Amino acid sequence: MKHDYIDRYARLDSPVHRLPAALKLALALALVISTVIVPMSAPLYFVACALFLVCVIFLGRLPLRFVAVRLLTLEPLVAGVAILALMQHDGLLMLIRILVRSNLCLLAMVLLSNTTPFAGILDVLRSLRVPSLLVTVLALMYRYVFLLIDQSERMSRARASRTFAPRRGSRWKTAAGIVGQLFVRSTERAERIYAAMTARGWR
Amino acid sequence: MHIPDGFLDLKTAVATGALSAAAVGISLRRLNGSLPRKKVPLMGLAGAFVFAAQMVNFPVAAGTSGHLMGGVLAAVLLGPAAGVVVITSVLIVQCLLFADGGIVALGANVFNMGVIGSAGGYAIYRGVRILFRNQRGKYLAVVLAAWGSTVLAAACCAGELAWSGTVPWSSAFPAMTDVHMLIAVGEAVISSLALSAIGAARPDIVAEEPRSAPVHEGRDLLLYGGLITIGAVLFISPFASRWPDGLEAVAGRLGFGSAALARPLVSSPFEGYTIPGLGSPVAATVVAGLAGTCIVFAGGFLLAGWLTRRSRNEA
Repeated sequence: MKHDYIDRYARLDSPVHRLPAALKLALALALVISTVIVPMSAPLYFVACALFLVCVIFLGRLPLRFVAVRLLTLEPLVAGVAILALMQHDGLLMLIRILVRSNLCLLAMVLLSNTTPFAGILDVLRSLRVPSLLVTVLALMYRYVFLLIDQSERMSRARASRTFAPRRGSRWKTAAGIVGQLFVRSTERAERIYAAMTARGWR
Repeated sequence: MHIPDGFLDLKTAVATGALSAAAVGISLRRLNGSLPRKKVPLMGLAGAFVFAAQMVNFPVAAGTSGHLMGGVLAAVLLGPAAGVVVITSVLIVQCLLFADGGIVALGANVFNMGVIGSAGGYAIYRGVRILFRNQRGKYLAVVLAAWGSTVLAAACCAGELAWSGTVPWSSAFPAMTDVHMLIAVGEAVISSLALSAIGAARPDIVAEEPRSAPVHEGRDLLLYGGLITIGAVLFISPFASRWPDGLEAVAGRLGFGSAALARPLVSSPFEGYTIPGLGSPVAATVVAGLAGTCIVFAGGFLLAGWLTRRSRNEA
């Protein structure tokens, strides 16, 4: 599975990884909420947050380079919205505020997903009495999302190797073809999974 | 359209979270009563499908590319309640695993893309289907639903950002809706083309319309519609009266307002969403909006006609 890089370090062994998932989820949530609430006039809070997260990186034995690359790949998503903040009175100040806040939150979430296996988070959700249908859907999604991403990339690659200079219209049509084919294959896979699940005693 | 953390303040996050929780709760309740056990794995796979489909890019204009959101496609293929739950699961996984879209902003993202994008789109779809019951009507309905729900979701997203005080409405609204009017065309075309591709490969999936009993469906659509209306009133209407003001205010202050009015480079048919000859600006805005809707409608009608002709040839 080549998309394992997203949460590649979730199953390491370190003091941080050994902490209960509920505690880590609660900590991450508390940190994100307080980062949104605390006003910028308390810069000490933000420095403390950043120091805390850096400590987590080291205690969790996560490679610095990996965390930095994950943050950088997420940056365009933030910048796309943040650029709108520039168009106002003292927009630069607002931009800096947003960038500090959202980067701290992003770092917290990246660290959460790389120190806690997703199954652990699902267990927490289940014990919080999140409806079981939602948890089942999330578990199935986590199991199959990388597989389907691989499948759609294989289809895109096959299309790219067969078309030399696609026109815009034909590119829309092939994109739609890939999407449609992907859904058909997902449905058929779901039918097989259902048969396999019932064969193993799923009620 | 994924809002990251740090852009919304607490009041917006709580308000959107409450609306989304209500909508997801309604959907889960409806599914618990009506979803056959056989379809539970399909819900998970549909989530993975939407996720993977969002990674397929298509060119929009001038080097930018868009990607599918998939709310309308999921709702039309699986039903509105399943659509909301599937899109919500996608957003939860994207937030927890990929850090794409914030966790405090999760409520807002679910409201924009799940509730408006899926249930709201489905409401448009059903409305159009009541008027046009044939095959052509189906594609037309998908086009209008995908376009309308994407633009409304973008407008709500702009409203949430402005309400939080991070981005001024005068730049957020035009930027978000203008870009998404284009992206929405892609969403509409790809959704209907994908639906026709699915119909060509597995006619049985598209033919069976996953609908709950009409009584339930009417009530559900009213509930979703109510939630969306509350959201639109909260996030969009406080600003609507102040728009358009950005460029016109600047033009007035710098004194080239009159010059610009005297010699328009390209005279638009509906300048500033008003139509010459109509006295009341409110009536004129409504007429301009209706004209825009008619243009989108005509485009959707042509595409639907082309798709039905093609599928008839293939059959």
